[in-house]
Amino acid sequence: MTQPIREATAPHPGTEVNEEAVTGIAKRDSRLSSANLYIAFIALLIGGTAGLLQGFVRSGFIELPSWISYYALLTAHGVLLVLVLSSFFSIGYLYAGTSRVLGGLTDKTLVFGWTGFGLMAAGTAIASFFILSGDANVLYTFYVPMQAHPWFYVGLAMIVVGILSNCVGMFVTYQSWRKRNPGQLTPLFAFFSNAVFVLWVFASLFIAVFVVGMVIPWAFGWVPTIDPMIGRTLFWAFGHTLVNIWMLTAISAWYVSMPKIIGGKVFSDSLARVAVVILVVANVPGGFHHQILDPGLSTELKFLHVIQTFMIIFPSLMTAFAMLATMERTGRSKGVTSLLGWWKTLPWSDARFFAIIVAMFAFIPAGLGGIINASNQVNQVVHNSMWVTGHLHLTVGTTVVLTFFGVSYWLVPYLSGRKLTRSLNKLAILQTLIWAAGMLLMSGAMHINGLLGSPRRTADTSYGGHSAAADWALYETLMAVGGMILFVGILLIMYIWIRLAFFAPKGTTEFPIGEDYREKDRSPLFMDRWSIWVALSVISIAIAYVIPLINFATGHSPGSPPFLMP
Amino acid sequence: MHIHRYEKLWLIIGTLILVVFLSVLAVQTFFLEMGPPSHAETMDPESVRDSEMFADAELTEIGDNEYEIAMIAEMFTFQPGDLEIPAGATVHFTLASPDVTHGFKISDTNVNVMVVPGHISKISHTFNEPGEYLILCNEYCGLGHEYMANTITVY
Ligand code: HEM
Ligand SMILES: [Cu+2]
Ligand SMILES: [Cu+2]
Repeated sequence: MTQPIREATAPHPGTEVNEEAVTGIAKRDSRLSSANLYIAFIALLIGGTAGLLQGFVRSGFIELPSWISYYALLTAHGVLLVLVLSSFFSIGYLYAGTSRVLGGLTDKTLVFGWTGFGLMAAGTAIASFFILSGDANVLYTFYVPMQAHPWFYVGLAMIVVGILSNCVGMFVTYQSWRKRNPGQLTPLFAFFSNAVFVLWVFASLFIAVFVVGMVIPWAFGWVPTIDPMIGRTLFWAFGHTLVNIWMLTAISAWYVSMPKIIGGKVFSDSLARVAVVILVVANVPGGFHHQILDPGLSTELKFLHVIQTFMIIFPSLMTAFAMLATMERTGRSKGVTSLLGWWKTLPWSDARFFAIIVAMFAFIPAGLGGIINASNQVNQVVHNSMWVTGHLHLTVGTTVVLTFFGVSYWLVPYLSGRKLTRSLNKLAILQTLIWAAGMLLMSGAMHINGLLGSPRRTADTSYGGHSAAADWALYETLMAVGGMILFVGILLIMYIWIRLAFFAPKGTTEFPIGEDYREKDRSPLFMDRWSIWVALSVISIAIAYVIPLINFATGHSPGSPPFLMP
Repeated sequence: MHIHRYEKLWLIIGTLILVVFLSVLAVQTFFLEMGPPSHAETMDPESVRDSEMFADAELTEIGDNEYEIAMIAEMFTFQPGDLEIPAGATVHFTLASPDVTHGFKISDTNVNVMVVPGHISKISHTFNEPGEYLILCNEYCGLGHEYMANTITVY
């Protein structure tokens, strides 16, 4: 059973506003997506506050009161921003878009969606409580044998199980649409959504095996030891897949919505799907590039993973081409003939577009930085230095988050049945500029400081005034200043979100979905056969992970007892 | 499926650059011994402190201006403490952790390796420039992580 989406109509003047009539999405679908977005934005505020304080502590502006440690803040920052914000946002956004393109979510999907939401929200609350009470100073990577309060891990496990429930929900609607529309290609947006949730399944399985199968029994004291290398390996199999999840979520808006916003069409449906499939199939096993300096993994194996990591270059290049081609064609269709004149015809004053194109620009240095990080030898220069943190803030902190902000400018009013007013649009453009400026300063300073040797994840880098650390202080200060600018950006986006969700004038907002250019650019039907892509992904994951995991499991690695943090 | 001529060109150029790039990395890794530190040897973390290799380890000269030292990376110090070596010395470091994961980074050099409990890590470096280098832990290892540092003086 699905609910058809109603045609949106303007409210009748003078009578009570009919809530159902003003939104372009079934109320029950919109409620689920909105709930996910609430948590995403609250996580952004708390995580951003932690980030601000981190910058202040590292630069020596403030000293924290004794009841909270720097590392509790950093744990909160990592967990809330990279795990909670990204998962809740991607679910809220993809569910809404899928409901839009497939004509509503099925009943079962809503059950799985709400179950997943409940588990994730409760898990987030539990994990956050133990982080802020100082019983989980293990950072978002929770490398064993550091040990947090057992219930911190239970909280994480609940988030993961909740995500899996959301995956099932998405698959149900996707497959039921395919059954009802035999011989038809699924809409591109739904294809993206499905890909993201396939990746969530892979990511969740790795981390569930680790947390539920290994860490929780060890944290409750049921088993005495744990293998730290298996832990790192499973964590990064998850962690790197998460990176692809963010990217796919973000680029779904670039491929599907951006063309509509600028008044153009999707460049090529089939090439978009090929890029998605490459990301899903080839890049999941990139996780070992976080372990290039680990012992116990051979150089041959590390090299294999460098190659697998670099497979991301193909979808990235295809995306770069498709984006520019879409923009150029749109300009040409408006009659532009000069070589670069189309650039000027882009809707620069539309915040939805502006946030997204700034996000795309950030991906240029972000992608180049990634190539540097993954290059075996060069990794030795930058590994665990502030450079990496600078890279993270360009990739997820700018490319992904700014795209999320851009999406919010239509998604939030679409869900609440309101409108982005002109003044809010102006504020949103200002927000984008502030975010770009803050990140340029903070991330730039982080990159430089990393090259100078300053370590990441370190509360104080003065090392008793040692001369090798003398150059770092200036950049720590610049990082803190950049952080202040960013925090203003966070307050601004919170304000815009609250207006759009609760107070902006009622009206209809469109969820922009681009159309195809030409019929012949459509994909062949087999692209929708996910069994093929899942099977290929499993093979590529097996190539990457079977040998090292067997090695670790049988390598007489004796295992570690717990070390409680604090 | 239709691929635009320019896109083909773009992808071919990208692929060629990637192949060249990976070849350079491969040559460096497999022929020039510039691969990342990847020693594979296990050891019970609880036996590190009393083991023959690590207990009372000292800097030992094993050749012409070539030294060897086994160091324990533990919360929150590197044993056996500060080191002194002559300029031009090559030092082979052997590292293990009796507790949690640590990082071993020497400032102003490319010495950078993870020390994961259960595994022994090895890395070597030739110190040509005199000066006082900072050895620091660059992986979070607990609330005293920022104090985990020693020095190497090259005279
Ligand atoms: C007000 C905005 C923000 C500020 C001021 C800020 C500041 C910081 C600082 C100073 C660190 C380094 C801590 C250290 O290594 O010692 C850090 C780490 C990090 N930040 Fe942010 N950040 C902000 C927003 C974000 C956003 C939006 C994201 C991603 C969604 C993000 C993701 C990360 C990640 C993944 C780390 C690494 C955490 C770790 O090493 O455990 N940050 N941030
Ligand atoms: Cu350490
Ligand atoms: Cu440390």
